[in-house]
Amino acid sequence: MESKPAILKILDGLTVILLVVATGLVFFYAPEEAVMGQVQRVFYFHVAAGWVGMLGFLVAAVAGIIYLRSGRHNWDIVGLSAVEIGMIFAFINIVTGSIWARPIWNTWWTWDPRLTTATIMELIYAAYLMLRQGIEDADRRARFGAVYAIVGFLSVPLTFFSARLFRTIHPVVIGTNQPGAEGSFDMTPRMLQTFLFSLLTFTFIFADLLWHRIRLGKLAEKVEQLKLREV
Amino acid sequence: MPDTPGASLSRAIPANGNSILYGYWRALSAVVWKDLAAELRSRELLSSMLVFALLVILIFNFALELDAKARANVTSGVLWVTFTFAGTLGLNRSMAVEKDRGCLDGLLLAPVDRSAIYFGKALGNLIFMLVVEAIVLPVYSVLYNTNLFLPGLLLIILLGSIGYVAVGTLLASMAVQTRTRDVLLPILLFPVVIPVVIAAVKGSSGFLQAIPMDEIMPWINLLVVYDVIFTAVAFMVFDYVVEE
Repeated sequence: MESKPAILKILDGLTVILLVVATGLVFFYAPEEAVMGQVQRVFYFHVAAGWVGMLGFLVAAVAGIIYLRSGRHNWDIVGLSAVEIGMIFAFINIVTGSIWARPIWNTWWTWDPRLTTATIMELIYAAYLMLRQGIEDADRRARFGAVYAIVGFLSVPLTFFSARLFRTIHPVVIGTNQPGAEGSFDMTPRMLQTFLFSLLTFTFIFADLLWHRIRLGKLAEKVEQLKLREV
Repeated sequence: MPDTPGASLSRAIPANGNSILYGYWRALSAVVWKDLAAELRSRELLSSMLVFALLVILIFNFALELDAKARANVTSGVLWVTFTFAGTLGLNRSMAVEKDRGCLDGLLLAPVDRSAIYFGKALGNLIFMLVVEAIVLPVYSVLYNTNLFLPGLLLIILLGSIGYVAVGTLLASMAVQTRTRDVLLPILLFPVVIPVVIAAVKGSSGFLQAIPMDEIMPWINLLVVYDVIFTAVAFMVFDYVVEE
């Protein structure tokens, strides 16, 4: 295994700095929201984590398509890495959302379309990991994983749409709000800046983690090959 | 297959569009015919699906206290849970039979387009599912004294079954090739097929409660969109699932 590339080291450092600055912005730069108070600050990382989750699943689906077309094993590692990172961040998204929902909606959980979709998305990718665990042959594992990542990702918007035909109470901060949404607010310029900065930060975190996870995946593969040689 | 000479003849004809389509259709119907013939002789798939479906309804009867008032609201839910569970049983069985006796390898060796095998299996599964539904519906109607024979409801059931089977056949052919095959299919299938279940339940209860048509249309549209997208995707990726 080649040593850690210089660009990755720079990316590591940059990501840490960005995260510190973003945290500072969230707590000290962004103004306190008039109605909801301090708990509204969870919004910045909540949406950013959700964005990284979706990004991860999108990357996994694209990597799946490229793998099926090219058959190059590296794309399988990319797909698996993206799913793992996506699951963690989608989970962070759900947990931070619950923390916000307790005081604002007066409940930890409700079967709102976005919450429903987020849960089902987590279940799809849990199934993805279980599918991979059930297959020993590396080539078949990669093919099935790619197929399921594509099928699963395509079903997410349909799940969202079908759940949305029910009434929703989740606020839509960006774009037009549906009537009946509770806990919405208009962003001031400072809030918007903090929000966009959080999105940028989390995108960097995603790229950094993905790179590390791909390197780890390649290492794991090498170990496996060494074990096979021993036998 | 009784029509093998015909199949080889169609391959000998210079390939113009019509004969390719014809050969494709023959391959597809041969797969369906094989499944139906095997089922007619053994009757193990349909009978297990049916008994299972009736047992699910029986359990619901006690779990939900299906009195007249509750029935109006939950009938479509009970029906779709029954179809979904019974469908899983059928899908698993239909692919496991191919895998266990090495039939799948034989099918793959046939000089036909792989997607014809997929569509053949899917069509066979769809027929089994429709047969089960055709028996469950009158039984449910008699047991609970509700009229389920509304054309709209039947349309929803057809559309929902198509979407369910399109994804189910693809995922079942993956699941049977894994170590944890019997457990894996529902886990793979249910989260992906949720849009179908939601739309089918809402659409069915719309027809059962005689809700105005323009409120049911979105659900029908959703079912059609799902059917089209996932049939197309399964058609494109099936090759990679059965490849050795």
